[in-house]
Amino acid sequence: MASLLKLVAQRIALGLLLLLAVSVLIFVGTQILPGDVAQSILGQSATPQALANLREQLGLNDPAYVRYFHWLWGMLHGDMGTALSNGQDIATSLSGRLKNTLFLAFWAAIVSVPLAIILGLIAVRHKNGFVDKLISGLTLASISLPEFFIGYLLIYFVAVQMQWFPSVSTVYDSMSFLERMKAIALPAATLTLVVLAHMMRMTRAAILNVMQSAYIETAELKGLTPFEIIRRHAFPNAIAPIVNVVMLNLAYLVVGVVVVEVIFVYPGMGQYLVDHVAKRDVPVVQACGLIFAAVYIGLNIIADITAIVSNPRLRHPK
Amino acid sequence: MLTLKNIPLSAWLGLIVTGLFVFAAVFAPLVAPFPNAEIVGDVWEPMSAAHWLGTDNLGRDLLSRMIFGARTTILIAALATALSFTLGSILGFTAAVIGGWFDQTMSRGVDLLMAIPTLIFALVVLSVLPGNIVTLILVMGILDSTRVYRLARAVAVDINVMDYVEAAKLRGEGRGWIIFREILPNALSPLVAELGLRFIFAVLFLSALSFLGLGVQPPEADWGGMVKENKEGIVFGIPAALIPAAAIAVLAISVNLVADWILNRTTDLKGGRGNG
Amino acid sequence: MDRLASQSTGASEKLLDIRNLKIEATVYPPGEAPRNIVIVDGVSVSLERGKVLGLIGESGAGKSTIGLSSMGYGRGGVRITGGEVILNGRDILKGGKGGLRALRGREVCYVAQSAAAAFNPAHRLMKQVVEASLKHGVSSRAEAEKRAVNLFRKLSLPDPENIGKRFPHQVSGGQLQRVMTAMALCSEPDLIVFDEPTTALDVTTQIDVLAAIKEAIRDTGVAALYITHDLAVVAQVADEIAVLRHGKLVEWGDTRQIITQPTQEYTSQLVSVHEIAHEEHAPGKAAALSVKNVTAAYGGGTIKVLKNVSVEIPAGQTLAVVGESGSGKSTLGRAITGLLPPLEGSITFGGRTLPGRLADRSKEDLRQLQMIYQMADVAMNPRQTVGTIIGRPLEFYFGLRGRERDKRVAELLDKIEMGKGFVDRYPAELSGGQKQRVCIARALAAKPSLIICDEVTSALDPLVAHGILQLLLELQKEEQVAYLFITHDLATVKAIADSIAVMYRGEIVRYGPKSKVLTPPFDAYTDLLLSSVPEMEVGWLEKAIAGRRMESAGN
Repeated sequence: MASLLKLVAQRIALGLLLLLAVSVLIFVGTQILPGDVAQSILGQSATPQALANLREQLGLNDPAYVRYFHWLWGMLHGDMGTALSNGQDIATSLSGRLKNTLFLAFWAAIVSVPLAIILGLIAVRHKNGFVDKLISGLTLASISLPEFFIGYLLIYFVAVQMQWFPSVSTVYDSMSFLERMKAIALPAATLTLVVLAHMMRMTRAAILNVMQSAYIETAELKGLTPFEIIRRHAFPNAIAPIVNVVMLNLAYLVVGVVVVEVIFVYPGMGQYLVDHVAKRDVPVVQACGLIFAAVYIGLNIIADITAIVSNPRLRHPK
Repeated sequence: MLTLKNIPLSAWLGLIVTGLFVFAAVFAPLVAPFPNAEIVGDVWEPMSAAHWLGTDNLGRDLLSRMIFGARTTILIAALATALSFTLGSILGFTAAVIGGWFDQTMSRGVDLLMAIPTLIFALVVLSVLPGNIVTLILVMGILDSTRVYRLARAVAVDINVMDYVEAAKLRGEGRGWIIFREILPNALSPLVAELGLRFIFAVLFLSALSFLGLGVQPPEADWGGMVKENKEGIVFGIPAALIPAAAIAVLAISVNLVADWILNRTTDLKGGRGNG
Repeated sequence: MDRLASQSTGASEKLLDIRNLKIEATVYPPGEAPRNIVIVDGVSVSLERGKVLGLIGESGAGKSTIGLSSMGYGRGGVRITGGEVILNGRDILKGGKGGLRALRGREVCYVAQSAAAAFNPAHRLMKQVVEASLKHGVSSRAEAEKRAVNLFRKLSLPDPENIGKRFPHQVSGGQLQRVMTAMALCSEPDLIVFDEPTTALDVTTQIDVLAAIKEAIRDTGVAALYITHDLAVVAQVADEIAVLRHGKLVEWGDTRQIITQPTQEYTSQLVSVHEIAHEEHAPGKAAALSVKNVTAAYGGGTIKVLKNVSVEIPAGQTLAVVGESGSGKSTLGRAITGLLPPLEGSITFGGRTLPGRLADRSKEDLRQLQMIYQMADVAMNPRQTVGTIIGRPLEFYFGLRGRERDKRVAELLDKIEMGKGFVDRYPAELSGGQKQRVCIARALAAKPSLIICDEVTSALDPLVAHGILQLLLELQKEEQVAYLFITHDLATVKAIADSIAVMYRGEIVRYGPKSKVLTPPFDAYTDLLLSSVPEMEVGWLEKAIAGRRMESAGN
């Protein structure tokens, strides 16, 4: 047991270290490359004096590493600085949008994960049959479709032609839960379609891999029914790979959110990030980038820890 | 050798459609009925004999812009893929054969780059870089080379421990022979299939960036940007934005069909001559 | 009435009656239409209650497929398309899926080749051992567990009370194989199918597992189908033997008759497979290679795998290095080739001291020292033709080009008894034996004075291996090349060696000319090793086990 805890702790420590390295990378990526923040705020016509003053004010005259630690310290304390474009506090603007994004991603996951696993099981059950071939054909198509193609198809047919749902997903605080759900129906459906096929195909591969093991044959030769074989012998071994598949796809979903939010004009983190990239608002971009990366790394850590915990070799060492 | 009748139907379809797109891209000025940026009609005219696909948000001929768009999209995606491939496979092979500190440094660096979702990292970097085509190609190529690196390294590491490579080393062969005569011929098929997948990824990635307004800048036409230009029409029931979006999907699917076929052929280890 | 009754008792004497069995499978060659192949064709065998039938044959003979047909099971898309499988008086192929499930794990149980893969890693052993008993309602959990513990004890497993609480990965391979036998016996079946149960084990472990299985079969009175490619092994446990080849029955008879008076040519080849005419050379004066006090380690010197090893190979002779897995025998080969530079000691080759590292050796040294691998499949670049594979050393060492090179390649192909037609073939188009021959030709092309042969026959069927060994001996006579023969197979060693080095845990425990090494008095390990090699003789197992017991009593 102690060695298991140690492995988990190691994995978490590694993840944190990676996150730290990522923060350096994001910081360096926005600082060393050409482009002067002061210049971009004040524009080309700014006087040298005004530029110097602003540089002083933003601490741009300090060496890069001092600015990095300053920034990191702030981020760790929830102080993300102020946006250059409108002078608002980033943390305040972000919190509501982060909530919206997580709300959307959560519901997309709630729909897509069970659906993908069930469809994956069906594909395994009818391996090489018509359903299986159909599923793998659809997968091929769906990994080739851009998110906005799916999104605008849904808007065109479901929102504009049939008028079932709004084409623009406006949400505000005073909305009821049901109204909110209605607003996110189409973006959530788009996200689901984006990850579904991939998740299904990977689930299918993971289960097939387990089903081809020699111990499944042993179980069959004991006279167990297909259901008993899946429940007792396949399932315990398939959990880890399936969780892994789910986590990888959730990480993918986090990225897909950026484009989907823009399609549906949904007030989330992705929309916020894209707007401020266009405005070259570096502090906002840094903050958003770090948050997205943290979520992504976090999901990968969960996947690895599940694999460690569900491995009997690690749970019961020799 | 490779006979034409051995190619399955799906691969044929993929090859023909891909070829059609590439043809349109290369000969755009000759094929397109109208110039790229000329306003030739009303805003969002429906499909007609004069304008097969209708007109766009400014009244330009949509078909012509699609054809010129194919040029931009395919050119940028191809150059980015070429960059990512050259960079990734050379570094990957070198890391696998040399090993040691070089391998460690490269591999950890790639791990770090891949810890950030590609789109997010691209957005971060594009917020400070000048918005032009060279920047786009460099950013896309470098970020994507991480994936090629991983694959090339993994394939080469697998081959490098094979007994036939060991036999070549024991014979006294130099590093050049080992990389080009022993490893490369065996690594080629998975890498070529990956080339197709990387190209699709580049097309989708470029389109996403342009759609977000951070890729190709107007008046230059590329498919992702055209979706952005025409998206306002959707709510009025005008499907102009769906046409470039569908073109992206069709191109991606056809390349995928070809890549899938190449990948399937990989399992056949008879020098590609079929069953003897 | 009477006639019917007598008929039914007549049938019940025979537990299993396989009649005219035909088994087919569909193969999907890449780029071609799928086609049917016949795996088993018109085989009929039968088995009485409490008897053991050995099924023997090369890979692809269909022996496992026939074994599994007694449970109505086809592995990987294999279909039983004709004939009858009559078990306990009824044709099980007509019983439907439910009928098959009712007999699997109840009337017939299965012991797989690799118990390590056949146990579910997620469950404790006891849970898996009693699963079939509970499923078929043979007994309550408590009774089944009690029976399992008794079986563990009978099979000489350590700590029989508690071993069931362990997970599969916590138990060694030989022990797992016994646990699997216990699992098969636990639901008190009428028939057990043993599918190569000792093949994956080391030779000294094999004999114990074999003895345990034999005792368990005798004490429980269960009948068994024992599948193996090793005639000497099956002769120890079987009452009758059926010899199979290419899916057809070659010969079927009493064990003693099969191994002493085979009626078919193929069977007698199998019986005499280890007999190779080879006269031991007297130790020569000039050593082709001498290894002095070599110590080598992996992991930067932390894990010592060779400890102070010294051997010598006279020019044109064969030194066999024998040992079990982990003995360091392959590492010795790697140290000599320079792939693993020794920490200490020296290697002298043709009068020169070889540099430790491969990179520091001269081209001439590399040419003189060639190597042949165990797995011929991966020892040849799949993208090169046979001509390129054999021709490359000619180009590389002798600068031969064009027609001269082709002529020499043809000569070499002739030497390995393969025709010119193979020049343009790719390795995937060759059989296992042909691949190994091409590897031999590649080594010979360099005109070496020493070839290191690393388990070169272990992956081959006995008859094919026999052919390879004979070829190697002939070539030795013609070319005066010395061999360093690394193997775990003592029968091979006895057949072809001039001198022998026995390795155990990185050290040489016995070394000298073959006749001396194989003559008593032995040291303890060599004795164990030698007494573990099954001989083609009924009753050998009992003698060997009795010999061991006496010895341990004496100690």
